[in-house]
Amino acid sequence: MRGAVPLGALSAACGVAAAVLLPVLTTNQALLSWAFLVLLYTALAQSWNLLGGFGGQVNLGHAAFFGLGALATRMLWLGGAPVILALAAGTGAATAAGIVIGAPSLRLRGPYFAIGTLAIAEILRITTGNVLPDVSSLPAGDLARYALAPRYYLAVFAAVTITSAAWWLARSRFGHGLAAVREDEAAAEAIGVGAFRHKLGAFALSSGFAGMTGGIFAYYHVSFYPAFVFSPVWTFDPLVIVYLGGVGTVWGPLAGAAFFVVLQEVLSLQVGEPHLLVFGLLFLVVVIAAPGGLVEALRALCRPGARRPAEVGSPPPA
Amino acid sequence: MTVLWQNVVFGALIGGLYGLAAVGLSLVFGVLNMLNVAHGELLMLGGYAAFWLFTLFGVDPFVSILPSAAALFVVGLVLYRVLFERLASAPGETKLKNSILIGFGVSLVLQTLALIAWTADERAVTTAAAGAVLPLGGAVVPVVRLGALIVAFLALGGLHLFLRRARFGRAIRATADDPGAASLVGIPVGTVFAVAFGLGSALAGVAGALVSTTDAVSPAIGLSWTLKALIVVVLGGVGHVFGTFVAGVLLGVAESVSGFFLGNAYREVMGLVLFLVVLSVRPQGLFARE
Repeated sequence: MRGAVPLGALSAACGVAAAVLLPVLTTNQALLSWAFLVLLYTALAQSWNLLGGFGGQVNLGHAAFFGLGALATRMLWLGGAPVILALAAGTGAATAAGIVIGAPSLRLRGPYFAIGTLAIAEILRITTGNVLPDVSSLPAGDLARYALAPRYYLAVFAAVTITSAAWWLARSRFGHGLAAVREDEAAAEAIGVGAFRHKLGAFALSSGFAGMTGGIFAYYHVSFYPAFVFSPVWTFDPLVIVYLGGVGTVWGPLAGAAFFVVLQEVLSLQVGEPHLLVFGLLFLVVVIAAPGGLVEALRALCRPGARRPAEVGSPPPA
Repeated sequence: MTVLWQNVVFGALIGGLYGLAAVGLSLVFGVLNMLNVAHGELLMLGGYAAFWLFTLFGVDPFVSILPSAAALFVVGLVLYRVLFERLASAPGETKLKNSILIGFGVSLVLQTLALIAWTADERAVTTAAAGAVLPLGGAVVPVVRLGALIVAFLALGGLHLFLRRARFGRAIRATADDPGAASLVGIPVGTVFAVAFGLGSALAGVAGALVSTTDAVSPAIGLSWTLKALIVVVLGGVGHVFGTFVAGVLLGVAESVSGFFLGNAYREVMGLVLFLVVLSVRPQGLFARE
């Protein structure tokens, strides 16, 4: 019907409102930090999804940009800059690094893109560990004033912004071009879609947002080793989340992140360490048998036989 | 000068293992056009096989090479049949990408299983020969490392002969060249794929058993060995057994020489930088023919 507010937009608005109001409605710190983690993982997974899902480029070096954003933000913020400025600088640094690293690595064919990006992240991790071997902790004054709410609001901001970027990719001309490149690069070039330009644009978006998420993590975490923010887990966790939720979809990363965080909590209570085993097996099941992930499964439950054409479909596994 | 020479010798010795680790990966990549990023985890399993055979039954790791290879052959066969086989008929680009994803899932699972079964402790095998060294032009050569290098070389020689001379080896090469044509002349392509995957895993088993004699084995070593193998495959080019071995030795030497000049903490970084340079300048590998 003309003029009617679409159901999707309405529920998205309700979701954002609920997320914003949560710290006002509850003082339960456990619930709030749980929600923070869901939002942080949503933001990080969605940033991977922009390039990996919508662009079809499996980046195994996402941790490099998360780490750069985290490191830059942390150093500026602890150096006295306002956190917003530090975060903006961290995001900018990661975006710039994304363009500098993306330009040569996107020219690599086949598996070499995935391996090359993995190598870059490992170089940064080892070098950071060598140059900055000491743990980075908050000074006592900052620690005394520490409050979760501002961190939480930044995470809300990041999750909403990056999800909006995905929403835009699913609808815009640029996003359609990117999908064309993902499905068939030669065919896309033949109809005038610049493959390299589209991939580089998505790479810059993806790495910039990864840096923003890293910056929020650096603002949130009380103490960590600088090399830790470059650890491969910051690539592997978002990858698993994206595939669990639904690769190349707008809502997959949110669904995947909520599932990931909840299951992690439950499993570490029940079985301890080995929760990664469950995620590894689930990941394999999704990649092999259910390439649409949770989002596709839910959709099939709600409307059997129907598949909404508006959303960019998940790429088939084989 | 002596210290530098010692570094070169040590680098060459460890590089032989890099080469061996890479050949299995290269075989699977060349024949099936799949990249098994869980290769390092298979090597880790081989290392544990040798460690437990030594700890429980006192079997020397150089003897454990055979059971370890056999066990990993079976593991590879099962992994292929259950997970990777469904990709065999997919178009090239999709096949590669999905094999990376499946391999990633497998590595996560194997790593966690190893953690549950054997804890995160670093294990090493210390045999009676562990301390013995031979002099070599002012440097010393640990006998165990030399033995590992020789075994690695022999294993690759065996693989080379098998691929060149044996009927099944030639079937593998034919399938790597053109699966369609191979199938037309009566080669059971499905079996060849499965055996090639098993063989690649068995080589990881051999490498793992050798690694257990010289380096630590723990559930977490997989990723770093996978990276080493990938670097060597890119340096050596796909499908050249001895090119891969030479590239492995070269990487080992490059790492320890740069470790000598820049400090040991940077040896891995130099290997990765070398890898990126070769990748961007000569993606077909240093030794590949056009």
